[in-house]
Amino acid sequence: MARRPPEREVVPPVQRLRIRYAKRGPLRFSSHRDFQRALERALRRARVPMAYSAGFSPHPRISYANAAPTGAASEAEYVEIAVVRRCDPAAVRAELDEALPPGLDVLDVVEARTPDLVARLEASRWRIEVPGVAPTQLAAAWSAVTAASTLPVERMMKQGLRTLDLRPALLTGSVTDAGALGAALEVTIRNVTPTVRPDEVLVALREVGALPTGDPARATRLAQGPLGAQGAVGDPLAADRAAVAVQVPAS
Amino acid sequence: MPDAVPVRRDAPVFDLLERVLPLVSKPVQYIGGELNAAHKDWDGARVRWALMYPDAYEVGLPNQGVQILTEVLNEAEGVLAQRSYAVWPDLERLMRERGIPAFTVDGHRPLGAFDLLGVSFSTELGYTNMLTSLDLAGIPLLAAERTDAHPLVVMGGHAAFNPEPVADFVDVVVLGDGEEAVLRISDEVAAFKAEHPGFGEATGGPALRRSLLERLAGTGAVYVPAFYDVEYLPDGRIGRVVPNTPAAPWRVAKHTLMDLDEWPYPRNPLVPLAETVHERMSVEIFRGCTRGCRFCQAGMITRPVRERSTAVLGEMVENGLRRTGFEEVGMLSLSSADHSEIAELAKGLADRYEGEQVSLSLPSTRVDAFNIQLANELSRNGRRSGLTFAPEGGSERIRQVINKMVTEDDLIRTVTAAYGAGWRQVKLYFMCGLPTETDEDVLQIADLARNVIRAGREAAGTRDIRCTVSIGGFVPKPHTPFQWAAQLDHATTDARLHRLRDAIRADREYGRAIGFRYHDGRPGIVEGLLSRGDRRVGRVILEAWRDGARFDGWSEHFSFERWMAAAHRALADEPVDVDWYTTRERQQNEVLPWDHLDSGLDRDWLWQDWQDALAGGEVDDCRWTPCFDCGVCDHLGTQIQVGPTEAVLLPLPTVPARVEAG
Repeated sequence: MARRPPEREVVPPVQRLRIRYAKRGPLRFSSHRDFQRALERALRRARVPMAYSAGFSPHPRISYANAAPTGAASEAEYVEIAVVRRCDPAAVRAELDEALPPGLDVLDVVEARTPDLVARLEASRWRIEVPGVAPTQLAAAWSAVTAASTLPVERMMKQGLRTLDLRPALLTGSVTDAGALGAALEVTIRNVTPTVRPDEVLVALREVGALPTGDPARATRLAQGPLGAQGAVGDPLAADRAAVAVQVPAS
Repeated sequence: MPDAVPVRRDAPVFDLLERVLPLVSKPVQYIGGELNAAHKDWDGARVRWALMYPDAYEVGLPNQGVQILTEVLNEAEGVLAQRSYAVWPDLERLMRERGIPAFTVDGHRPLGAFDLLGVSFSTELGYTNMLTSLDLAGIPLLAAERTDAHPLVVMGGHAAFNPEPVADFVDVVVLGDGEEAVLRISDEVAAFKAEHPGFGEATGGPALRRSLLERLAGTGAVYVPAFYDVEYLPDGRIGRVVPNTPAAPWRVAKHTLMDLDEWPYPRNPLVPLAETVHERMSVEIFRGCTRGCRFCQAGMITRPVRERSTAVLGEMVENGLRRTGFEEVGMLSLSSADHSEIAELAKGLADRYEGEQVSLSLPSTRVDAFNIQLANELSRNGRRSGLTFAPEGGSERIRQVINKMVTEDDLIRTVTAAYGAGWRQVKLYFMCGLPTETDEDVLQIADLARNVIRAGREAAGTRDIRCTVSIGGFVPKPHTPFQWAAQLDHATTDARLHRLRDAIRADREYGRAIGFRYHDGRPGIVEGLLSRGDRRVGRVILEAWRDGARFDGWSEHFSFERWMAAAHRALADEPVDVDWYTTRERQQNEVLPWDHLDSGLDRDWLWQDWQDALAGGEVDDCRWTPCFDCGVCDHLGTQIQVGPTEAVLLPLPTVPARVEAG
């Protein structure tokens, strides 16, 4: 006789909310798992009426997408939650932001009105600050990288050491002067599986572009969303917002 | 040529740290920023404490002692406290390369910038990590070499009841409950600094530091090891321990906090970003234990029992859950099911949090105080956690020796009920190496486990149940009746455990349902050396640390050979060795290194209890039977504080969530 899960009432979700948040400053050193725990606790503190899964260990229903790697900052992380009572997105934004530690900042919450957020996260715009190098050096390295037809990098995966080609994922890029921080590369990277990480772009800049090694670079994801013309990255929540606007016309 | 005047660096070091964090594993543990952490103004404070837990962040962050004291100090006017933890060797290496000092996680201030560095030792295996932090902070390892520019190093925690092995490294030792003691110390340091405006700028040198230490010792509230001389007999035993200044009392007693309801800390439980060993909020439901288990140092040194009332516990749980968002509440104590109102408390909390996915856990429960109704209340709203019981000894005889009076029938009845109520797995904890123990006593653990599975299968109506037997080596501890006992050598411990393992594996009917977990006996010998050592062991610790000893509580970092080699070198000119400290039985008249430190327990009572243990005599619990004169209450002016209070936890008013629409 197998043990049956306790008979708790499983309340179905009535609404899904899509959340954009930022990972800033020292909090960029938090991992995705760290964020998951922090979010679950913050949702409870903010008293968001979460929907839970059934079973022995009920879990709140949260869908995560494309988390930025540990050590990278981000202005554009996305997560979707399901709730059992209707919520006001603006109130969720304020309460959840208050409940999360400073540095994990909730930027936007919209009600999900369209299918499949993840499919709209086609590309990311990254800013990679490289300390101690001149903009001209970084620009030359970037040119060398874009001139290459393939950019193999090695990565330790669950299946063992694998070689990945970065080149197809790298779209447009531009170099700016970052003042005391050195030089900065802003680059659009296609969200592919497995994801290309900014530190791997740096490896390519060093190996192929002969960029000198120095202090670790600092990467920030500026945007994530649908890929537009010339490597522009759009707002993945725009479709939900538009749908809301249609359904609830301004009075 | 005089040494250069040390420069006190106060500025935060996060900018330096930030550059190396991408190069280390789990950098999040070094960034601080936990939810509910206090941020007190640095410049406005007159007395500044760094409080360190000398183990990895994942172990140290949940530590209640450090959380409570940090909060108590930060609530005091003019006092500031920040937390620090041990850094892993990967970061230590980078800090040495780049000259980054040891730091606090709250403000990333260098440890050397504080007036006091408090280090809380739950276990002696943290000693080497303290040395690493001192060294990284630029604080001389030896207390005798420090000046007024260096923090006072203050030791607390259970290991402080025998601080002699680290007497050369610490300035001040606090015995017992820290809440009032740290405030007392803060007052003295604040007053001293007010009287000596140049203090802390290295102008006063060792003399000014000494006069502060004399002032502290003179209060009788703390132990200052430097003010005591230890004289040895030719055979290596201690002759006597004598104060070398009139400021120091002959004996120093522990602190006992009375009325825990007045101290409902932590009020702001920390919520870390990093994963830690306990993913829950903790509420201490009572302090102290008088069950009288003879191996248990915690139970001996924390007497008497002082309960928190049901009403205050209800407030603490509600406050903690709202402030943390944790899903589990650990109701901590040395034996949680012994709270006089545990059933009412569990039911009251389960009613309050009906439908809120909040589970309750009792990390430490006695078989005889446990029942299924209680277990069901604990898991009513949340996840069902495993059940763990600690019979400690495999045979009835050995359980009498250790005064853990749990019968096999008790155990079988309890676990059978658990299997019958749907639990599939029960963990049983035992010790190996107890005084008078034979192979036969340990082999009876296998019989006990078999009986548990046999009865469990019947009760559950299925063969699909498990029992995990977990075994630790017994280490005799100061201030217990077993402080005189010989520790079992590691070879015999290992041989006994191998026989037990073979006996379990050979059982065709039940063996596969019994899991077996044990550690080899060697780390226990080092723990034994550090637990019952005297000041000469300090040289062993220093040698081992210089040879690379770090994180000795972690099997992947611990090296028995390194410790033995260090002991061999450090004790070469002494008539004593590791065996002398560990596997040697002590006589009644031997001066023990901690005899001048007063846990309240009457030495003659302890000796009599040791004799009773050898004769198989039992002692009752003074909560339910008359006082048996252990000495604590009489001597320290304390008394038992237990319920029942008959308070009822009323349902909480429902407040609509602010996020909900309409």
